[in-house]
Amino acid sequence: MTDITSENTGRPLAHAVRNILLRWLLLALLGLFALYYLMPLFVMLTTSLKSLEEIRTGSLVALPREVTFDAWAKAWSGACTGIQCEGVRPFFWNSILLAVPAVFLSTLFGAVNGYVIAHWRFRGSNLIFSLMLFGCFIPFQVVLLPMARVLGIMGLAGTIPGLIFVHVVYGLGFTTLFFRNYYVTIPQELVKAAKIDGAGFFRIFWSIFLPLSLPIVVVTVIWQFTQIWNDFLFGVSFSQSGTQPVTVALNNIVNSTTGVKEYNVDMAAAIIAALPTMLVYVIAGKYFIRGLTAGSVKG
Amino acid sequence: MAHILEVRNLVKNYGSVEILKDINVSIESGEFLVLVGPSGCGKSTLLNCIAGLEPINAGEIIIAGRNMKGVSPKDRDIAMVFQSYALYPTMTVARNITFGMKVRGVDAATQQAKLAEVARQLQIEPLLNRRPGQLSGGQRQRVAMGRALVRDPKLFLFDEPLSNLDAKLRVEMRIEIKRLHQDLGASMVYVTHDQIEAMTLATKIVVMKDGQVQQIGTPSEIYNRPANLFVADFMGSPAMNLLPARTIRNGSGTQIEIARDGEEPLILRDHWSPDLPEKVIMGLRPEDIAEAGYRSGEKVQTATCKVELVELAGADTYVVSRLGGKEVTARFHAETQARPGQSLEFAFDLAKVSYFDPDTGQRLN
Amino acid sequence: MAWLEKHVPKMVLAPSFAVILFFVYGFIGWTAWVSLTRSRLLPRYDIVGFIQYQRLFDSPRWDTAISNLFIFGFLFIVISMFLGLFLAILLDQKIRTEGMLRTIYLYPMALSLIVTGTAWKWILNPGLGIEAVVRGWGFENFRFDWLINPDYAIYTIVIAGVWQASGFVMALFLAGLRSVDDEIIKAAQVDGIPTLRIYSAIIIPSMAPIFLSAFIVLAHLAIKSFDLVIALTGGGPGYATDLPATYMYALAFSRGDIGQAASSAMVMMMVVFAIVVPYLYSELRAKND
Repeated sequence: MTDITSENTGRPLAHAVRNILLRWLLLALLGLFALYYLMPLFVMLTTSLKSLEEIRTGSLVALPREVTFDAWAKAWSGACTGIQCEGVRPFFWNSILLAVPAVFLSTLFGAVNGYVIAHWRFRGSNLIFSLMLFGCFIPFQVVLLPMARVLGIMGLAGTIPGLIFVHVVYGLGFTTLFFRNYYVTIPQELVKAAKIDGAGFFRIFWSIFLPLSLPIVVVTVIWQFTQIWNDFLFGVSFSQSGTQPVTVALNNIVNSTTGVKEYNVDMAAAIIAALPTMLVYVIAGKYFIRGLTAGSVKG
Repeated sequence: MAHILEVRNLVKNYGSVEILKDINVSIESGEFLVLVGPSGCGKSTLLNCIAGLEPINAGEIIIAGRNMKGVSPKDRDIAMVFQSYALYPTMTVARNITFGMKVRGVDAATQQAKLAEVARQLQIEPLLNRRPGQLSGGQRQRVAMGRALVRDPKLFLFDEPLSNLDAKLRVEMRIEIKRLHQDLGASMVYVTHDQIEAMTLATKIVVMKDGQVQQIGTPSEIYNRPANLFVADFMGSPAMNLLPARTIRNGSGTQIEIARDGEEPLILRDHWSPDLPEKVIMGLRPEDIAEAGYRSGEKVQTATCKVELVELAGADTYVVSRLGGKEVTARFHAETQARPGQSLEFAFDLAKVSYFDPDTGQRLN
Repeated sequence: MAWLEKHVPKMVLAPSFAVILFFVYGFIGWTAWVSLTRSRLLPRYDIVGFIQYQRLFDSPRWDTAISNLFIFGFLFIVISMFLGLFLAILLDQKIRTEGMLRTIYLYPMALSLIVTGTAWKWILNPGLGIEAVVRGWGFENFRFDWLINPDYAIYTIVIAGVWQASGFVMALFLAGLRSVDDEIIKAAQVDGIPTLRIYSAIIIPSMAPIFLSAFIVLAHLAIKSFDLVIALTGGGPGYATDLPATYMYALAFSRGDIGQAASSAMVMMMVVFAIVVPYLYSELRAKND
């Protein structure tokens, strides 16, 4: 686009020198910020590979003198969350058991809802869409109390299916929005042509829209997965000791007051909890960013 | 011949806005009906109503003698070609064409036979395994036609099918559609905003504006005897000259007086037209105004006019003058020596003159 | 059959709509109702007026939570926007390593705030974190104990929050910079307008809608902030870093004061709606013209 360093002032030599200086300054600044963003990850990683002894005597930013994976092993299967000492492993599985169906269901409903709202408008469909959209923005605190009671009535209190249900319900607005915004870019004439060809509602969805949906499915799945995996509020409110997701378990490990504070184990547990979403980000960052911007710039 | 399509008293509203007001149109089997009008006149909506893609608020649509009330698009025995072609992007050309048959449960052998026939007809055999994204505009257009042809319907509907093509391709495809119509003898309804397409393709034209039918007629009726000022202005390029004039009756007939700035008014005599009111708008097509000496006939009269602009158009030269406070375009031959600023003798041929009421805009003669 | 065909879309949308109606709007209604009653440990349904809100605004803890929200919200939004815009402009200078840098700046957004909080808690730990590092370099008197200082602890939340969200703001702005019509910029260059002026007078003003989106997203994040506080400070020291979200949670689940929890949730929702509703309304109107 534009280039700050190509301003045309001064004599040629001075100009060239200035340009090179500016360029270096620019790169140095960018590098400095990269360090700022990377530092916490670096500290987490190095700390998790140190022994407790080294942590107490060494520096936060120093590389480990002796790399040890003991903290990782303990974080995975031995660290204590309150009274339980099984590490994050069972909670990691809880999160997977929770995230996979919740992501699948909310994406599926979002796709069908978006399809209806974009291409099968009826009186009131826009109102429904607006209501769903506003629903994305409520602070969830406002539904915590009644939700706890309703889950109890449904017999789902403190269970993983209960949490799945909560995530599907409050994910619907966003997934519908994603699909709706994607499907409105597909020309209405395509639906008309298919109707004349004799295809009905589900046939058109299945044969024409679904095959076109891969990009938005990826965006939605990544968005929902990140949201649900990283969720803490619903997890801490609606789970009990056996069904907690990994974020809640991590918080319990970090804040457990019994015994010696094992920072290396805390850090290893934090990295383990962050690993799936980090992995998704590294593999499919492009789609992750697309989801973020789609989720914020409602367009 | 039986009516293949009848639209009776059709009304269509979007909320409180009337999009189509009491439309009555019918075509015979084998006719090529063109719906033409400026954008927003309701022509595409009318086509969508005929296809059953839009519900109607009142009136009837009858296709091949069958009332279409409550009949879904797929059961109307129609095929439609869309402006954006609406090819299914994830399917190959072959599957695009056979998709409708597949949905209706036609057996595979018949599907393949029909596909082969249509592909040959439209010369798209080499494209059958490609996807729409790999095709040029003209090729997509052909595939869209193929998808319609393969249905072998009672009625073809075209929704501005050529407007996404460049000028040269548009002319080629126009000829092809015309040929297809002649070969198949099929009935077609074709929507366009391009009056040249309308004139060249149609056997019958419906001119629309603001949801109302302005005139229905053959291309020559529409062109030569426009029913009102709107049709006169809309059809034909360059547009018909529409000049405010005063009529004076005297013994031998009617005298038409057209005011000119700072000059004697232009006087033309018209002994043939019926009684006219005092104030009229006279309509003369550019080709009915020529350089004096190049046009002869019973109703040709000459007068001196000042040339303001000369526009070379290859086969013709358009000469612009000013009459009745309006620019007047005359169509001269290519080799004319007319230059801006000159005063020249113009020949006015009143053989095809139109008169309109300045208040109602309706045709008077 | 035709009837079915006509109503299939409605029937498909109906369950989702019913769910949203009940679980979003119904629940908001329930919370609003309960916030007007004397509910304590158990909900009661006889409306008595605004006493819960009176109690709320008389509570010093809520007072802290609200003023924290303003401090945190203001700094979080302003710093994230500035940093994001600054980084976006720097990255817009045809940097060869742009892809990698963008990935680095943005990765915190993929992390759970609990993870972010845990990491920063460690870095800001006075005995072992930055303070210890700087002292180790020989600056024996260096102090950086904000995390345990009630007057400054809220700023540590700002630090971690900005770290998490600024990369995302950068991505938004970068997309905005790139979407400015190239011809306008060429025209300005032909007119001899200096590059910095092109940014300040042409590009940035044309990104007004993106500033608005970024503001809305950040404000929304700020009000909902819960995980970060829990992981970083647990609301402490004391309740020095309480935000409305943590206040509501504490009263609902540890103190068992449903009335207070409901009224604080309603206040949060009204703050969110005051910001979001006008924005969404104008967006939807613009789209449904």
